[in-house]
Amino acid sequence: MNALATDTPTPATIAGVATAGGAAPGGTLVASELARDFPILSRPVRGKRLVYLDNGATTHKPDAVVEAERLFYRESNANIHRGVHWLSQHATDLYEQARGRVQRLLNAARADEIVFTRGTTESINLVAFSWGRANLAAGDEIVLTGMEHHSNIVPWQLLCEQTGAVLKVVPLTDRGELQLDVYESLLGPRTRLVSVVHVSNALGTVNPVARMIERAHAVGARVLVDGAQAVAHQPVDVQALGCDFYAFSGHKLYGPTGTGALYARHELLAAMPPWQGGGDMIRTVSFERSTWADAPQRFEAGTPNIAGAVGLAAAIDYVLAIGLDRIAAHEHRLLVHATEAVQRIPGLRLLGTAREKAGILSFLVDGIHPHDLGTILDAEGVAIRAGHHCAMPVMTRFGIPGTARASFALYNDERDVAALVAAIGKAQQMFGAGARK
Amino acid sequence: MSFGHGDLRELYQEVIFDHNRSPRNFHRMDDADRVAEGHNPLCGDQLTLFVRLDDGVIADASFVGHGCAISTASASLMTEAVKGKTVDEVESLFRDFHALLTGAAPEGRDFGKLEVLAGVREFPVRVKCATLAWHTLHNALTGEGEPAKTE
Repeated sequence: MNALATDTPTPATIAGVATAGGAAPGGTLVASELARDFPILSRPVRGKRLVYLDNGATTHKPDAVVEAERLFYRESNANIHRGVHWLSQHATDLYEQARGRVQRLLNAARADEIVFTRGTTESINLVAFSWGRANLAAGDEIVLTGMEHHSNIVPWQLLCEQTGAVLKVVPLTDRGELQLDVYESLLGPRTRLVSVVHVSNALGTVNPVARMIERAHAVGARVLVDGAQAVAHQPVDVQALGCDFYAFSGHKLYGPTGTGALYARHELLAAMPPWQGGGDMIRTVSFERSTWADAPQRFEAGTPNIAGAVGLAAAIDYVLAIGLDRIAAHEHRLLVHATEAVQRIPGLRLLGTAREKAGILSFLVDGIHPHDLGTILDAEGVAIRAGHHCAMPVMTRFGIPGTARASFALYNDERDVAALVAAIGKAQQMFGAGARK
Repeated sequence: MSFGHGDLRELYQEVIFDHNRSPRNFHRMDDADRVAEGHNPLCGDQLTLFVRLDDGVIADASFVGHGCAISTASASLMTEAVKGKTVDEVESLFRDFHALLTGAAPEGRDFGKLEVLAGVREFPVRVKCATLAWHTLHNALTGEGEPAKTE
C-alpha cells in the first residue's frame, strides 16, 4: 500500500510523519506538535507569531509535502506515459501511485475512477463540459443550493447557456442549513443533476449529502459533490455516499496548489467524451479522425502537474497517518471552543449556526466592516479572510456585503483562538464605542 | 492606548474614524446633474455618487452606500474636497491623490485633509478602498456609463 513512500529515494520525510509526537496513532492529536511539521508556521508575520486562520482559502504544507515535490525534481523528474527510458517509467509509476493514493483517500472502487485536475474548479468544469454537454438538453434541470461557491455555479450557468438547461436553487434557512423539504420538491423527472457542496466554505455547514444523493437517485438524477472544504477535515467514502462525481483540491488538503482530482463512477467516466484535446488523451490521431484514450487519460490532455501529484500523495499520506477521524475530532473540539469564545464578544454575530458544522466561523462585528477587521487582525499576526468568500448568493441571502471568516486546520489550537479573540477586542477598542452601525 | 503597530495608526487616523462614524454629504441629491455607481466586488463596497455642476465647477457632491472605514471616509473627504473645484482641477487632484497613495507623492501639492489617507501606502490591498469614490467621481464627470470598479 505504501509503495510511494518506499519507492521515493528518502522515505524518512514521510515516515517522519508517523513518528511525530502529534501524530502518534490513537488518542487526541496535539496540534502544537503537528504545527512543527509546517515550516511556514514558525515564521513571524508583521513582527508577531503567525496565527493562520485562513485554512478555508488554502492550508499550509508540511515538510513531507515540500520534500516530496523537491525530491521528485531532484531524483525522479521525467515526462510520463511516453518515455521508454527508466526515469520516464519511474515518474509514471510515481504519478500512478499518486492516483492510487487519491483512490484510497476517497475509498473509490478503482484507481481509474480518479482524474487528476488543477483543483475543484477544474473538476467541476470537466463534468459540466464533458458529461453535461453530452447529457443535457433544453428544459433539463440542474439543482444547486444557495450556499454554493461560485465555482459550483458559473460552470452550470455556462452549460445552461449552451444547452438550454435551467438551474433550480435550494434555499437556506436562517441558520444556514438547506431547506430539505424544498430540495425534495425541486427534484422531478427533468432533474438531470444535483450539484451540492459537502461543506460550505462561507458558513461551515455540513450538508446531509448521503440522504440528498439517495433522493436524487430516486428520480434518476446524477449527483456531484463539491468536497473542497471536506476532504481535509473528515473521512470521505464515495462508495458509502453513493455519489456519481466528487471534486476536491489538493491545496486545501495540505498539498500543492494546482493539484486536485475528480472522482467519477466508472460507467459514467467511460462514456464521457473528452473536453480538452492534446497529447496523452488520444489513442490515434490522423487529420481525418482521432480516437481517444480510455479514462482517466482521456481527461488528462497534455503534461500534467506530475510533481504536484507526487506532493498531493505525500499530503494524503500525511493526513491518513494522523487519521482523518482524529483530525475531525480535534477540529470539532476547537470549533465548539471557538464558538463559545467569540459568542462572549459583545456585538459579534455568527453567520452560519447549522447543527452540523465544520471548523469555520463566519462572523460580523457591529460597527466594524469585515475588511477593516481583516487589516487590524493582520497587524496582530492573525490571518483571516474578509469578504464574500466567492459565495455572493450567500451574502445576498443574509443581506450583508461580506463576513470575516476564521477557518481551522489540524495545526490550530486554543492559543490561536485566544489570539483571534484578543485581536477582535483590539479592533473594537480601536473603532471605539461610537462606531457607526 | 497602544495597538502594537505604528503603521496601523497611520492607516486608521482619528479623522478617518470621524468620517466613518459621521460621513459628510451622506445623502441622495434630487437635482444632481451626474450620478454614478461604484462597486468593489471583492469586499462588497458599494456607493452611489451625486454631482451638481455649475458651469464646469462642482457646485455640490454627495454619496450614499456602504463600505469599510477607509472607503467611507475617503468618499466623505472627497465630497468635501472637490466642492468649488473645476472638473479639470478635480481630475488633476485625483491623479496626484492616487500617486500619494501608491507611494509617489507629487512635490508641492497640498492635499489638505486628504493627507490622512496617505497611510494607505503601507497597505497596498487597501488602495482600492480609498480610491473607489474617486474612480466613481471620474466616471460621473466623464459620463462613462459603466459602474466604477476597483479590484
